Amino acid sequence: MQDLDTQIWDNSKPILEIENLSISFFTRLREIPAVMDFSCTVMPGEAMGLVGESGCGKSTVALGVMRDLGKNGRIVGGTIRFKGRDLTTMSEEELRHIRGSEIAMIYQEPMASLNPAMKIGAQLAEVPMIHRDMGKAEAWALARQIVADVRLPDPDRILQAYPHQLSGGQQQRIVIAMALMSKPALLILDEPTTALDVTVEAGIVDLVKDLGEKYGTSMLFISHNLGLVLDVCDRLCVMYSGEAVETGNVEEVFNEMRHPYTQALFRSIPLPGADKTTRPLVPIPGNFPLPHERPPGCNFGPRCDYFKKGLCDAQEIPMLAVPDGDRHATRCLRFQEIDWDAPLKAPKTVEKTPVGDVVLRMEDLRKYYNVSSGAFGGGSTKVVKANETLSFEAREGETLAIVGESGCGKSTFAKVLMGLETATSGKIFLYNQDIQDTPIEKRSTDTVSSVQMVFQNPFDTLNPSMTVGRQIIRALEIFQEGADDAARKARMLELLDLVKLPRAFADRMPRQLSGGQKQRVGIARAFAGGAKIVVADEPVSALDVSVQAAVTDLLMEIQRKNRTTLLFISHDLSIVRYLSDRVMVMYLGHVVELGTTDQVFSPPYHPYTEALLSAVPIADTRVKKKRIVLEGDIPSAMNPPPGCPFQTRCRWKAQVPGNLCDTVVPPLKTLESGHQIKCHLSDEILRGMEPVITIAAE
Amino acid sequence: MLFFVLRRLAVMLATALCLTFIVFFMTNLPPNLEKLAKSEASARMSDAEVESWLEKNGFGQPVLQRYGEWLGVLPGWTVTEEGRTRGRCFARGQTDAPRFCGVLQGEWGYSSVFRTEVSEVIGRSLGATAWLMLWVMIVMVPTALLLGVLSGMREGSRTDRVLSTAAIASTATPEYVSGVVLIAAFGSATAGLSPILADWGWIEGRTLFLGTATSAMDQITFWNFALPVITIALYGIGYIARMTRASMTEVMTQQYIRTARLKGVGFRQVVMRHALRNALIAPFTVIMLQFPWLLNGVVIVETLFNYKGFGWTLVQAASNNDIELLLACSVVAVLVVLVTQLISDIGYVFLNPRIRLA
Repeated sequence: MQDLDTQIWDNSKPILEIENLSISFFTRLREIPAVMDFSCTVMPGEAMGLVGESGCGKSTVALGVMRDLGKNGRIVGGTIRFKGRDLTTMSEEELRHIRGSEIAMIYQEPMASLNPAMKIGAQLAEVPMIHRDMGKAEAWALARQIVADVRLPDPDRILQAYPHQLSGGQQQRIVIAMALMSKPALLILDEPTTALDVTVEAGIVDLVKDLGEKYGTSMLFISHNLGLVLDVCDRLCVMYSGEAVETGNVEEVFNEMRHPYTQALFRSIPLPGADKTTRPLVPIPGNFPLPHERPPGCNFGPRCDYFKKGLCDAQEIPMLAVPDGDRHATRCLRFQEIDWDAPLKAPKTVEKTPVGDVVLRMEDLRKYYNVSSGAFGGGSTKVVKANETLSFEAREGETLAIVGESGCGKSTFAKVLMGLETATSGKIFLYNQDIQDTPIEKRSTDTVSSVQMVFQNPFDTLNPSMTVGRQIIRALEIFQEGADDAARKARMLELLDLVKLPRAFADRMPRQLSGGQKQRVGIARAFAGGAKIVVADEPVSALDVSVQAAVTDLLMEIQRKNRTTLLFISHDLSIVRYLSDRVMVMYLGHVVELGTTDQVFSPPYHPYTEALLSAVPIADTRVKKKRIVLEGDIPSAMNPPPGCPFQTRCRWKAQVPGNLCDTVVPPLKTLESGHQIKCHLSDEILRGMEPVITIAAE
Repeated sequence: MLFFVLRRLAVMLATALCLTFIVFFMTNLPPNLEKLAKSEASARMSDAEVESWLEKNGFGQPVLQRYGEWLGVLPGWTVTEEGRTRGRCFARGQTDAPRFCGVLQGEWGYSSVFRTEVSEVIGRSLGATAWLMLWVMIVMVPTALLLGVLSGMREGSRTDRVLSTAAIASTATPEYVSGVVLIAAFGSATAGLSPILADWGWIEGRTLFLGTATSAMDQITFWNFALPVITIALYGIGYIARMTRASMTEVMTQQYIRTARLKGVGFRQVVMRHALRNALIAPFTVIMLQFPWLLNGVVIVETLFNYKGFGWTLVQAASNNDIELLLACSVVAVLVVLVTQLISDIGYVFLNPRIRLA
């Protein structure tokens, strides 16, 4: 054992070899297979991506490698060989020596993954103290060095801090540092950036790539984000319903996919070029099969365009090697018959909705919160400036996207508009009626029903003990729609039709619905009173990509039908570019840029927009991006920097003469045709900006 | 920190004032006073005589004023009768007295049951109960935490089920049942274990433990103190162990425990270093709540074992309408509750770094 550990591993042999791995979870009722016949190989220094939607078994594979499947999970077949040793037959004690020292893991939620009651330094130093019998002082010194390595400022302070005193990005860097403490040979990253903002994500991704190169670590990178996988990985493995369906070199799979699911996945995500009117997204029809209701033969069969009865459902489908591929394999029997380059079957295009009159206008809206900041109560009260001088208008039938990272004030803005909070100053006009001082309980039914909201998390926003139909009827009652119960029931069924849910769903409980279906119910509820303005607060960010496309489409369709004004709050620039007419970019409570989608997504940019665009991972090998990584964290709204809110992280600051950025909040200047930018940069410099995203000619 | 403690102390003072006033008001209701007059002077007094007796002994004034006098913020009452001045602050037979004499001056009054100063009675009984509480805590807290952690660290295991059953059984048994059972089993010369052990010559006396704790007032020994301590501790052990177990099982499912496990930390270390501190946060409040509970909950056990502590005194004061003593008891109880809660809040901060005092 010990000899093997100290030996230098022959770099031509794989670090990790998974062969025909099957993992099942055992409940009282039945065995639920979570992973079936999964094979993959990770070579030294290679980054392997595991991609798939939630429930496809990608995290189970990772935990299987760690042999941490809980009480119910068990490996029922296959082998996992790490440096030639079979992990599936190892004892707990042997595993303990490998965990954390040779295989380390980075988790999805950094806050939950760090012990809240232990100092960062102690949590880091523990690793070498366990695995290398290192003394405490030496271990802390190493921890300090690694913390500096993951580019955290002021390592000494951080080592003495508790996890809750750090920001999300810093916490994730600590988790990464913890994984690197013993220079592992294999790093498993389970959705390491899903809980983080895009600009923070970009920093983490850069870090992971650099460290991978520096230490020669192999990586197993689990993600649902194809763009990220393209950024980070050399090879990838696409998973669907417990099986690997396609595996190969990243470039090859992205450009020459050989499995219908991979193709459908790419068609359902908004890539540059997709457009809601001319090239809409294609959602994958049907639903993800439940683990105990998998179809015979090909799991993807029932949702597949190329499904052939008698062939695809007649046998177990093995992984087939793609000829001329670089270890490229697919789990599709028909991959050689399918014409992979065939254009999309007559994409349904729709007329662009004409934009009508102004329905909502905000003028100099401000929302400040008073918080007491004294450590032991009392003390001085501080003001959190959640929204600063917000001015814009939204027209009938228009989609206005509000973009920004967490803490930029986009949700506060939604709360003020909804009447959950009242504005500190400024005006909100809804059809020329000012509502900024009217809290929701004092608003008329009419106003309430005309401004509605679709929430981010469909899992928490439905009452778990009321049927779906009842919840919609309840909304109708509140909005005083329909003359009697029968009329309301009829209207409820119409609403279910509107959101494309079967009418039978009226009698179901929310727990019987999938995430996408729940969000549809949320949408039905929002539109129950004939809403004129719908605030959609990250309506699809909690959903899987294939479902995202369908829900987005639905929103667009209802909008076209009802000529609703949609305020689409999101941090996902890809989806924003796909569906919005105009975009408003927010940073620390300020609107830094406002314009049509084309204006915002092409130069001249506000420096923050530029960084934001560069940070978004795009799953397209043709796209070339300029890499702009923002340093540091978003400043606290409680203590914003003087002058321009973005000056602490701006890479253009040197181009502004004098200390203008440090002292004066830039005025909102209007460039051509309504494109507004809050920046001190001169017009010449703005005009000279280069596009962040370029698509290489084919 | 200092500001927080000062603020909490101010709140405590206000709470103590309100609570003592309520107790003062209740104990000074007219029927109580009538009983007092009849027991102090003569049982066969007429209503008018009672009235005049109360008048002469300072009970005629409004309640608020008498409360002020008792507190020591208002001058004590005086009556000049036949050239001699008597009053609240006059010691028996003396003619000279300070103007104020209340709780603030350390004058707790005179106990009508024990025929001595209240402060002396309270001091003695509180001391006795403090010893009892101390030993109960020493036995109860470590045992309960150990049981809770052991059963919570592997939820659903055999250890867990056995320990949980024991904890539920012990907390479901009231002290007057467990006390009697324990006395019968260990403290009786004719039943239970003691006669058998005495026959075998394993124990010197006639019983394994003493069924009464009166002698512990003078000197505490294992022999005379074990049974009352166990009786009280048993009940609390089950309760705290259940709380600890719940908290421990929750902590063991947290992601940071998985992180620790996948760092290669051994199971023992996962429990000791990573889970324990987080798991103790919730039971800590419960443990601190045991102090006030113990102070008043000892009533039954002290009576059962004839141990003249605080609970026993309280019973005596209440059943004999000893107003001054009752008042003093309630003040002590209120202070104990408030002080332990303050300690609990401060201790919380040290256990849980996420909490800041506010």
